[in-house]
Amino acid sequence: MDTKTIKKEPKNTQKTERISGSEAVIRCLLAEGVDILYGYPGGAIMPVYDELYKYQDKIHHVLTRHEQGATHSAQGYARISGKVGVAIATSGPGATNLITGIADAQIDSTPMVCITGQVASHLLGSDAFQETDIVGISTPVTKWNCQVTKASQIPEMMAKAFYIARSGRPGPVLIDITKDAQFEEFDFKYEKCKGVRSYIPIPKLNHSSVEAAAKLINAAKKPMIVWGQGVILGEAEAEFKAVVEKAGIPSAWTILGASAIPTAHPLNIGMVGMHGNYAPNVLTNECDVLIAIGMRFDDRVTGNLATYAKQAKVIHFDIDPAEIDKNVKTDVAVIGDSKESLTALLPLLDENTHTEWHQKFKDLYAIEYEKVIKNDLHPTKEGLTMAEVLNEINIQTKGDAAIVTDVGQHQMIACRYAKFNKTRSNITSGGLGTMGFGLPAAIGAKMAAPEREVISISGDGGYQMTIQELGTIFQQKVPVKIVVLNNEFLGMVRQWQEMFFDRRYASTEMTNPDFVAIAKGYFIDAQKVTKREELKDAVEKMINTDGPYFLEVCVEKEGKVFPMIPTGASVSDIRLE
Amino acid sequence: MSENKLFTVSIYTENNIGLLNRISAIFQRRHINIESINSSISEIENVTKWIMVVELPEDQMKKIIGQIEKQIEVIKAFYHTEDETIYQESCIFKMKSDLLFDERQIQNIIKESNSRIVTVNKEFFVIEKSGRKEEIDLLHKELIVFGIMQFTRSGRIAVTKEPMEISKMLSAFNQ
Repeated sequence: MDTKTIKKEPKNTQKTERISGSEAVIRCLLAEGVDILYGYPGGAIMPVYDELYKYQDKIHHVLTRHEQGATHSAQGYARISGKVGVAIATSGPGATNLITGIADAQIDSTPMVCITGQVASHLLGSDAFQETDIVGISTPVTKWNCQVTKASQIPEMMAKAFYIARSGRPGPVLIDITKDAQFEEFDFKYEKCKGVRSYIPIPKLNHSSVEAAAKLINAAKKPMIVWGQGVILGEAEAEFKAVVEKAGIPSAWTILGASAIPTAHPLNIGMVGMHGNYAPNVLTNECDVLIAIGMRFDDRVTGNLATYAKQAKVIHFDIDPAEIDKNVKTDVAVIGDSKESLTALLPLLDENTHTEWHQKFKDLYAIEYEKVIKNDLHPTKEGLTMAEVLNEINIQTKGDAAIVTDVGQHQMIACRYAKFNKTRSNITSGGLGTMGFGLPAAIGAKMAAPEREVISISGDGGYQMTIQELGTIFQQKVPVKIVVLNNEFLGMVRQWQEMFFDRRYASTEMTNPDFVAIAKGYFIDAQKVTKREELKDAVEKMINTDGPYFLEVCVEKEGKVFPMIPTGASVSDIRLE
Repeated sequence: MSENKLFTVSIYTENNIGLLNRISAIFQRRHINIESINSSISEIENVTKWIMVVELPEDQMKKIIGQIEKQIEVIKAFYHTEDETIYQESCIFKMKSDLLFDERQIQNIIKESNSRIVTVNKEFFVIEKSGRKEEIDLLHKELIVFGIMQFTRSGRIAVTKEPMEISKMLSAFNQ
């Protein structure tokens, strides 16, 4: 079934040059178009840092305050730009501190290359100072990894690393380079990787499966699309929009799919999943054809699989054959690149509107509006809600900002209420749910897209997991806007404790520091808002500030995110209160 | 949940350090024990072949094969039921030499089981047997009563009845 789509090109006859392994690392990065990398120096990576010093006019190294921050910044950079993010660290603890970011990039298919220094090759396996088996440790959370012990291997392995990280379904790659290989001199020559014989990045599209999909879609009375990040990763936003509009299909998104088509698009019916919108969740169990595009049926999307869309024929578009039938059994699988698949699908589709069916979504939205949204956006109670803050940001940025969130209640609220006009505007840790992701990811996003307004939104919990990256923001003068929605709780866990553990608030209450003073300690302008009437001006001041800005908003302490599908429940049993 | 079945997994890969870790991690994640594992060269130059035996439900097996195949350095992975392969396992027993003379029955067992004596010295002798799992189980059962000094059994090696088109795939890449 599989035929390789990549062809080998004739050998390059480029001249060689005698340089060190560490200089080769930099030259490889430049050849791959890397202009920024995030990292933290240390013993085993010092030769490479020495070269970074020499090449500082060509490649900008950002010193983060923790290696985890380096990975999240690289992720933010990759997510907003589609380019490969690069993180670099030393051996031992430097390398292990990368693991959370690598795992996050793996589960969210983010292209990233991590470079780690390693003890000299004659010390490998001897429990040397700062030696750790990072290749072994990172194996289950990387798309590919390798160890380099000879300088001459560096160009080929670096080329392979970038090729693998960005091609097909993207992912993180780690290269571990021993210190002796960094010092060693060799004849340098760089050739970009054009293919790996055991790897099929983009499976060949089977046109009969596209035809079968079109047939099902054309015959459907109540079709529904759920799209994911695959649309964005495949740069297929325009093709996707054309499919949605031609076939007139109500379309919902997963958290990572958000912003691929604008929030305001009439056929955009909102988010699916645990805290998604009421209509797409309920009607998942009523549609007759469910069309999944570049998404992977995560359990947070499907709820109980035994009662998920059982009435529907399922069509699954994905680039990764291992996703087909992994969680939900499909009737038609279209394996391939989203852009190519959707381009092939479009001419086969009949024009349609599905007006009555679409109305059902609108009717259920009206219920959700009455029960949830109205009170979130326009509360009659005293305490500020998280949604109000998002709404104010929407109004003042006109939906053009990229929103970078952390993990928890504020994340769900941001995804639910943020208005997106442009693709790649919702940068968040979806699959891994990594608290502490937001602030460093916002740094990377802003540096990759300086022309965009980048707003980091965190809770008081996650913010403190990587709060030290304020130092990076200050040193690098990254004009990122930082919003902390402070409820003095680990809010999502507290919500679960309230609902499912009889309000036993085990270790979820936080006694917080003076966040404004901390930001000011890093010479970042800062303000704290406690009252509704202060919110508008505060957001305005934040947006109008040229440099970085910190805004703390004290929100109601025991707010809850609704709707909610309790764990193990069916999508159609979503609760509004 | 469907029933557990015994499967033979064949994986064609590059011969790279760390790949065993990558493949075994896929089983480990799902809490599945690997019954046996064998790594060798294959019919294709520079391609390694792994044969693994695992017991699990077929729907899980399918998903695992997908996840194995997705690994960059895996060329292709297959799974087969018992009757789709021709397989052999091999085992060796080290036993006290006295037994060879004191227990005449042992010689009959060796003959009837089609096993062979690899070496004999004053202290011990070594029996080797290749065959299907049940044959080896039977021999083990018969010999254990006499006392076995050491016993080792190999991983399964197998070929499939159906062709595996790895060469075709690789030559497509080289074109």
